[in-house]
Amino acid sequence: MIERLPSPDLVGGLQRAPNGTSMIAVRSLMKKIAHQEILRGIDLEVQKGETLAIIGRSGGGKTVLLKHLIGLMLPDSGEIWIDGQNIVGLSERKLAPIRSKVGILFQGGALFDSLTVEDNIAFPLREAGERDAKVIQQKVGEMLEVVELEGSEKKMPVNLSGGMKKRVGLARSIIRQPSCILYDEPTSGLDPIVSDSINQLIRRLQTRFHVTSLVVTHDMKNAFHVADRIAYLHEGKIYFAGTPAELERSTDPLIQNFLVGRSDAQI
Amino acid sequence: MIGRFFSAIGIAVIRFFSYLGEVVLLAADTFVSIFTHRLRWKLFLRQIVEIGLLSQLVVVITGGFTGAVFAAQTYFQFNKLGMGSAVGAVVSVAICRELGPVLTALMVTGRVGAAMSAEIGTMKVTEQIDALRALAVYPVDYLVVPRTLAMMISMPLLVAECIGFGIVAGYFVAIFLLDVNGTYYIANMVRWTQMRDIIMGLTKAFCFGLIIVFISCYRGLTTREGAVGVGKATTQAVVDSSLAVLIVNFFLTMLLNIIFPAGYQ
Repeated sequence: MIERLPSPDLVGGLQRAPNGTSMIAVRSLMKKIAHQEILRGIDLEVQKGETLAIIGRSGGGKTVLLKHLIGLMLPDSGEIWIDGQNIVGLSERKLAPIRSKVGILFQGGALFDSLTVEDNIAFPLREAGERDAKVIQQKVGEMLEVVELEGSEKKMPVNLSGGMKKRVGLARSIIRQPSCILYDEPTSGLDPIVSDSINQLIRRLQTRFHVTSLVVTHDMKNAFHVADRIAYLHEGKIYFAGTPAELERSTDPLIQNFLVGRSDAQI
Repeated sequence: MIGRFFSAIGIAVIRFFSYLGEVVLLAADTFVSIFTHRLRWKLFLRQIVEIGLLSQLVVVITGGFTGAVFAAQTYFQFNKLGMGSAVGAVVSVAICRELGPVLTALMVTGRVGAAMSAEIGTMKVTEQIDALRALAVYPVDYLVVPRTLAMMISMPLLVAECIGFGIVAGYFVAIFLLDVNGTYYIANMVRWTQMRDIIMGLTKAFCFGLIIVFISCYRGLTTREGAVGVGKATTQAVVDSSLAVLIVNFFLTMLLNIIFPAGYQ
């Protein structure tokens, strides 16, 4: 018996066209990789200013979904609306203006390993045509302050810890002040204290920049800490969507198993 | 059994043409980008240093020792016929038309092509290329265009350098080690080496440079499966580029020989 909690914004609202308040809207998204169905009709909507956490088991297609939202992967079918524009079928060059509205934090940071921390963070500014060294230095300094890495400007990525790489990656993705940030497993592989500091950082960014956030994670603490709402991805579909409180109250065995970290064999 | 055999051949042929098509599309995309988007000068100059400046030692040694060996071997054969002074002409024409461009291309493939493929491949498997795309930077503009332009400029210069050192080394071996008459050596060389030989060599250099850069970048951009994938992509880039250089060299020789016929006229 599968319990599905009502969530008018997320589940019920999926059949209507994305309204002016939704930053991200996904319709019937399907994706097969090497004959395996990864996404089997995802429907999702994220309102402007909202933080949605997508939880689910490892290998369940969370990162694949995230990469679709910024055009890094092409769906087999379905629609992806970002700030009112359907990005499916757009060429790389036509995606550029949309991508400049959306920042993404990759799981490993994805820092450019030939550039210093400072150059990594300044990269989007320079690519956008900013040439004034003082402006760049000032903005990089501000971003390093936001992610609490002051004094790390000249370090190379190889000399940074996992948590520091994620912070620098985050600083790089927010320096142009995107209206939406996508986080791919922001706390995976980090110790509990560093994970907590990343969670606080995500929260701080939400309050300071009022950005829409979508956090993909299998770390429940992370999801409960940062999310306004949580969606559970299971077998390529959104199985549940609701507030953290609704998720906690759920009696669905699949969700309960996931929340307490119990494998099927132990049921 | 026979069906399976033809099926395997068919798949290989389709894969080959698909690969060829994708490399050509990458080349087309690169040229469109060169003419329609701004050049990142810093990256371009860095590639000039990487491809042109840091290949000096390799090219000088390749050119010098090839010229020296070729002069010695030619002398050993020609001297039996009393044609020792013709060595200069043979060395010069051979290095200009064939040995200079082909050997330089093979050395650049090993040194630069492998590095290009490995660097771009590592960026691919560590999500750095995804990061570029996510930051609204088209990877072809950022990675392929500066390398292509740097190769288009560096390769003819490297080949010219290789030809120069080959001829000089051949001269020293023939004159000072093998006692060939210097005056006749130079006279024959100047008489038989034409501007068309040099143009042919430099044209080949330009074409080989493009082959190396597009194959290496393509292999890098399509790297998969982590560190093993980077290794495979690098090996494949070097093998494919080397084979392509040797195969294209034949067709270029035939074509350019129609445009610039060999010999004294």
